[in-house]
Amino acid sequence: MAEILEFDITGGDFIQAGKASSKIKKKLKQLNIDSLAVKRIVVAIYEAELNVVAHASSGKLTVVFEPGVVIVTVSDSGPGIENIGQAMEAGFSTASKKVREMGFGAGMGLPNIKKNTDELVIESKVGEGTTLRFKVYC
Amino acid sequence: MKIEKIIELTAARVVAGSLKTAPEITKAFSSDLMSDVLTLDHHDIVLITGLANIQLLRTVEIADVPVVLLCRNKTATPEMIELANEIGIVFLETPFSIFRAGGILYENGLKPLY
Ligand SMILES: Nc1ncnc2c1ncn2[C@@H]1O[C@H](COP(=O)(O)OP(=O)(O)O)[C@@H](O)[C@H]1O
Ligand SMILES: [Mg+2]
Repeated sequence: MAEILEFDITGGDFIQAGKASSKIKKKLKQLNIDSLAVKRIVVAIYEAELNVVAHASSGKLTVVFEPGVVIVTVSDSGPGIENIGQAMEAGFSTASKKVREMGFGAGMGLPNIKKNTDELVIESKVGEGTTLRFKVYC
Repeated sequence: MKIEKIIELTAARVVAGSLKTAPEITKAFSSDLMSDVLTLDHHDIVLITGLANIQLLRTVEIADVPVVLLCRNKTATPEMIELANEIGIVFLETPFSIFRAGGILYENGLKPLY
């Protein structure tokens, strides 16, 4: 039986950022998922959550837990990404000074999401928003 | 290395967490960049940092880091201490700089990740 968790993410809210990832981590542990897989899943979700907080105005995170796989969708209303290939490059970042002061904004998020997931699809429309879909087998 | 030894060597004080349940640490990593911490494959480390904000705690929770050493008399806020206790990490503050704390711990046997 698939279980689903949903969270709202607020752009610019660095105090709340990471709360959803933390709850998902607890859930994965309850489900007895192997700790390396848990780490891969939550690192990817946390970086995706931070991208909504850092770059967009609001977003929704949906996590579907199926036997053997966790399926994540992070979809936001925001500026969108003009050049996804460039955004995926390590080191490319348009993050603000504030984001960098928080310890992020080094252009490492999307590459790290890619590294930690088994399937990743990014769709984006400039001026509308961005959707990330990814899967981790576990 | 026992946490007690880390505390002694860096003149640190414990601001959150219990030393009884703390693991022994063999490696250390130093960074103010949380994205970098999120790329680590090892996690039984002490993170030596100068970043004092709530995202430090969120990051170590996600990255499974059990011990954090906050350098150069940066002070943890009540919210940070509360979250550290909730997560169950050992949270230390030292008056030493990142360079000095790292140098002393390296000299006394903690290994680098890279
Ligand atoms: N959800 C998003 N909405 C708009 N732009 C984004 C989003 N996610 C990523 N980007 C763009 O891609 C760049 C690279 O993202 P990432 O690798 O996570 O690095 P960082 O967030 O540190 O800048 C960002 O700087 C931003 O320009
Ligand atoms: Mg990012």
